[in-house]
Amino acid sequence: MRPNIAGATSLLALCLLGCPKSAPNDNIEVKLCDNHTTTEVSASEPKTEAFGRAVAATLMEKWQQEHPDVDWEADEKQSRKFVPPADNSGLLADQTQAAGHPYRDYTEQDLLTWSRETEKLAVAGSRVFHSADELGSTIAVSCDMCHPNAANTHPETYPKYQTQIGQVVLLRDMINWCLQHPVRAEPMSADDPRMRAMEAYIISLRAGTPLAYGKH
Amino acid sequence: MRVSSAAAAAAATAGVSVTPTSFLPVNVAYAADDGAKGGFRFAYLSDSHLYEREINDRFVRSLMRAVDDINRLDPQPDFVLYGGDLAQLGQKAELDLGAEILKAVKAPVRMMVGEHDWYLDMGEHWQELFGEPNYSFDHNGVHFVVLNSVIEADFWTARGMTPMERMKTVAGLDNGKQNSFTVGEAQRDWLKNDLAKVDKKTPLVVFSHSPLYKLYKPWNFWTDDADEIQAILKKFDKVSVIHGHTHQLLTNRIGNIRFHGMLSTAWPWPYAPEGLPELTIQMNRPDPFDPNDGCGDGEVIVHPDGLVDKVYNLWNRNPIEVTSEYMTTNGKKPSELPPNAKSY
Repeated sequence: MRPNIAGATSLLALCLLGCPKSAPNDNIEVKLCDNHTTTEVSASEPKTEAFGRAVAATLMEKWQQEHPDVDWEADEKQSRKFVPPADNSGLLADQTQAAGHPYRDYTEQDLLTWSRETEKLAVAGSRVFHSADELGSTIAVSCDMCHPNAANTHPETYPKYQTQIGQVVLLRDMINWCLQHPVRAEPMSADDPRMRAMEAYIISLRAGTPLAYGKH
Repeated sequence: MRVSSAAAAAAATAGVSVTPTSFLPVNVAYAADDGAKGGFRFAYLSDSHLYEREINDRFVRSLMRAVDDINRLDPQPDFVLYGGDLAQLGQKAELDLGAEILKAVKAPVRMMVGEHDWYLDMGEHWQELFGEPNYSFDHNGVHFVVLNSVIEADFWTARGMTPMERMKTVAGLDNGKQNSFTVGEAQRDWLKNDLAKVDKKTPLVVFSHSPLYKLYKPWNFWTDDADEIQAILKKFDKVSVIHGHTHQLLTNRIGNIRFHGMLSTAWPWPYAPEGLPELTIQMNRPDPFDPNDGCGDGEVIVHPDGLVDKVYNLWNRNPIEVTSEYMTTNGKKPSELPPNAKSY
């Protein structure tokens, strides 16, 4: 999973000249707040605001080159179909309902957080689902090659007795079966972030489908 | 599951239990009578999606299995249509490998291009190997046309995509960054011109990678200028369109134009969530535990009247035949029907 460094520029409130280290030729090494990306500037250069901005821009450019995937979430949302999480705005409209609730007084911000974070997990799942590399496939096969838009995965039918396996399985067990067979990858542990994200993605696309556990 | 009584009896004699998913070598009853009546047959292979052998042996083996199927056919087909998507990512090594495997086909092979063959180098290597993507020929009184139906408007330049990024975008069936398939104006003009010299009573068989109608846009089970192409084709009395891309049993009829999908040798696609044509006899939901279920190859039997029966040779299941009579009667007279078990 990639770090989400949205608004990375704000991180540039960095110790531009606060952590100078002597470099050869009288240059100063400046380090980005990721504690990794560095650049060198001339020690004799006048310390103007324009100079500071130029240093910051150089560092940011280097960081972006090392993290070409920083816009993965927007990119994935542009590429694939997603179903937005349930609309909770009713909680705002009816604060009398919230009055009896232990947490009460939901704000617009709460709802945005829930929605954004929930959807992000599904979007992360889509990335794994569509990437043979993320899945660890040894034969360059990804889930979407048989299941575009997660079609024919029917998560609402689990748990169910899987006759071919001879026991009751959960969605993650079938995901692991697919990983080991058509995808030829290592199975994932149940708490593997990739597994959790894929479950979120697969379930999210079936929003509105009645739960029918055990259905064949 | 249709199990012929003869096959069931043979299996019983051999002490084999007959279960719906067991492998049954069934001899289909349509054998070899069409030649006597002046018709002919051709076979098809499609959508093999080859990676290099070292990366993925699974799809390579599947195409080889299909080639063996075709070479075992008795009688042999007059020719074999390859329905497009020979390669997975349009790479030279993938296309070369496919060309090498197809050399083993005993009957002459006619090639068609798919989007997976095209979008790495915009068809350069495919055309080096196989020639023009659109052409026509006549065989036994039938006029055949092969189209390149996977032309997409440029979505890559503005996004600054590399050729491989462009290829991988098109290779994702559910990738919404790409555009819709078209045949395009230049090729439509070529088609009009090609058909200008063909009598309207001459049976016409058109090969296209995508279905030449509008089924489901998000997966490009769709050709954007299908209406214009249908307008060109509908002047002819008997038109059959045989297409790849959909990897499933798929049957449609629009006026006098009959559409038949081809099976993939690599993997089956699920049915689109909407728009499935009424005439389609759905294949069973493929069983993931049964390797290659839902995949296969097949034949097209062209009757003396120019209408066709479409045979789906589903691996590990009994073959399914969509007859011209079924099409003519709009599904009222199916000669044989498999169970209509629908997908979720």
